[in-house]
Amino acid sequence: MIKVALIGAGKMGISHLAILGAHPDVEIVGVADTTKIVTEVLSKYTNFQCFSDYHKMIEEERPDAVVVAVPTKYHASLVEQLLNRGIHVFVEKPFCLCVNDGLALTKIAIEKHLVNQVGYHNKFIGTFLEAKNLIEQGAIGDIMHFSGDMNGPVVIKQKQNNWRSKPEEGGGCLMDYAAHLIDLINYLVAPISNVQGVILKSFYSGQVEDSVFSLLETENHISGVINVNWSDETYRKMSTQITIIGSKGKIIVDATELKVYLKHDINIDNYTKGWNIKHINDFSEDVDFFLRGEEYSAQMNHFIKAVQQNEPNHINNFKSASQTDYVIDLIRNFNN
Amino acid sequence: MKRILFGDNQFFGVNHISDEKSRAQAIRFKEDIAILNTLDKAIDTGVTTFMCTTHDRIAQLCDVIRKNPVKYDGFAMYPCLPYAHKYANAVTELGIVGTLKQYIPGNFFTSIFKGGFAFVSKDYISMMELMIDAEMKMFAGVNTPVIFLQNVITDLLLGLGMKDFFMSYHSYIKHKYNAEPGYITMNMPKLLDFLESAGIENPIICSSINIDGFRMSGGKELYEHTLRTRKVRAIAMQVLSGGATPPQKAIEYICSLPGIESILFGASSKANIQETVSLIRHFDKQYQFSEI
Repeated sequence: MIKVALIGAGKMGISHLAILGAHPDVEIVGVADTTKIVTEVLSKYTNFQCFSDYHKMIEEERPDAVVVAVPTKYHASLVEQLLNRGIHVFVEKPFCLCVNDGLALTKIAIEKHLVNQVGYHNKFIGTFLEAKNLIEQGAIGDIMHFSGDMNGPVVIKQKQNNWRSKPEEGGGCLMDYAAHLIDLINYLVAPISNVQGVILKSFYSGQVEDSVFSLLETENHISGVINVNWSDETYRKMSTQITIIGSKGKIIVDATELKVYLKHDINIDNYTKGWNIKHINDFSEDVDFFLRGEEYSAQMNHFIKAVQQNEPNHINNFKSASQTDYVIDLIRNFNN
Repeated sequence: MKRILFGDNQFFGVNHISDEKSRAQAIRFKEDIAILNTLDKAIDTGVTTFMCTTHDRIAQLCDVIRKNPVKYDGFAMYPCLPYAHKYANAVTELGIVGTLKQYIPGNFFTSIFKGGFAFVSKDYISMMELMIDAEMKMFAGVNTPVIFLQNVITDLLLGLGMKDFFMSYHSYIKHKYNAEPGYITMNMPKLLDFLESAGIENPIICSSINIDGFRMSGGKELYEHTLRTRKVRAIAMQVLSGGATPPQKAIEYICSLPGIESILFGASSKANIQETVSLIRHFDKQYQFSEI
């Protein structure tokens, strides 16, 4: 059994806790949160041991691994403390507010041979994985351009007062929403290395941006554009779609659907010239426990397997998440 | 429960295998009359139970149903609560405490905070009861013989091991609403084990069951084994795995399984409703299922 503790039992933390609670190889040794009502409810109605002070929890329970789901501004110092105690870390996205912090943590984790993962769950969704697979096999030839769209109904009126509305704490559409899309483009297309134009627009939030529009370029000179808006109530929930245009075809992919247009027949099973439409149920892998989506269980399985040394720690490690932090930084600091 | 239940995903832009389709459906069913017309088509084929989330728009449908008692005589609604996205979006915006403040009726929550957390265990359960009452308000005067807990909440409580909440939900629905409690889940075998361990016998459980094994956590074989060997009033949903399998094949599989009391499906067009209903009736005859 892997001894796992949770720090931060908010929306994502509780969701991770339920998934880990149902995991056959995991023993939850503690939950730390500073909100009293949360620890009180968990103490009363679950078998988890709760702490208001995470130091005390680490000291007493000696977890093998910790899941960190606190506001982004606390990530760097918290993760550093955990790594220095030889603890494997899964931390929510985005990784760090400061790129250099993330790079330093990456170095420590590698030196100490500790498993390190960040919660970019899209990389565990079957449609995106298949898109990656097709691109790697050259199905659409050389990539020429990409376009990423991300929409959702997070802030749809003028009223907000929590850490997500404070730029210095890692709030805002760029860090909270666009981070997912940037991470996915880094993975599917190539790492973004250059920013050519940015509009960060606030519709309702005042202090932070509610949308991110940007012209980008990858390190191998592929151009692209992203349109991100978390103030769009015509979307029921977060929706991420990427269009990738190649010399031999085109891919349009979101979390449920994969549409592939091929100019010619290719040597890949079940794909032919013209349009090929696939759905998530063609790809989704069975999980033992489902909450909100296979990808949330799959990313935790990956983390636990890496801790057990049954899988390499190659998806969403600190290194790749730092690349995403780097692009966020480029966009944030761009002068038009 | 009736053998065939009509679902509401298509009305509210929920489609598990295509975001694009879900947006098209949201446009198609913008007006309540469009939903009512489709419901009438289902009723015409003899499907008289509508299983629906506590979406705001359901309140308006309930008004119509209350105003037309003759037309909707024998019609039943199975509410599924809560409408989880409403709360999930609120938690992102307001945090957990802010969300509770916003949605717990009256000044219940304020008074708790003033008390400096000096309250006993029972209060959290009454908080849940108040939230159930708030969600159920729209159904006053409508026949709701089964009331479901939505899968996100069921599965969250299951993962966290919150037995007391299941037990309290179960008895509250029975006593306050004189209805059967039901549970929607993506983890049917695990939930059944857990409910039994909480002393809940032969529960109504609605879960994905389909020939493709889509969203059947733990695997299709485990589900089939559970249906064959355990006491559970199972409702199969996502029987067409979101529309990917030919309906004939998908429905035959469901009708051939033992232990499935009801089949839940949703469709937008008259032709699709009729096709699914007649396929179920056809294969039920073949596999000799008789409605109780």
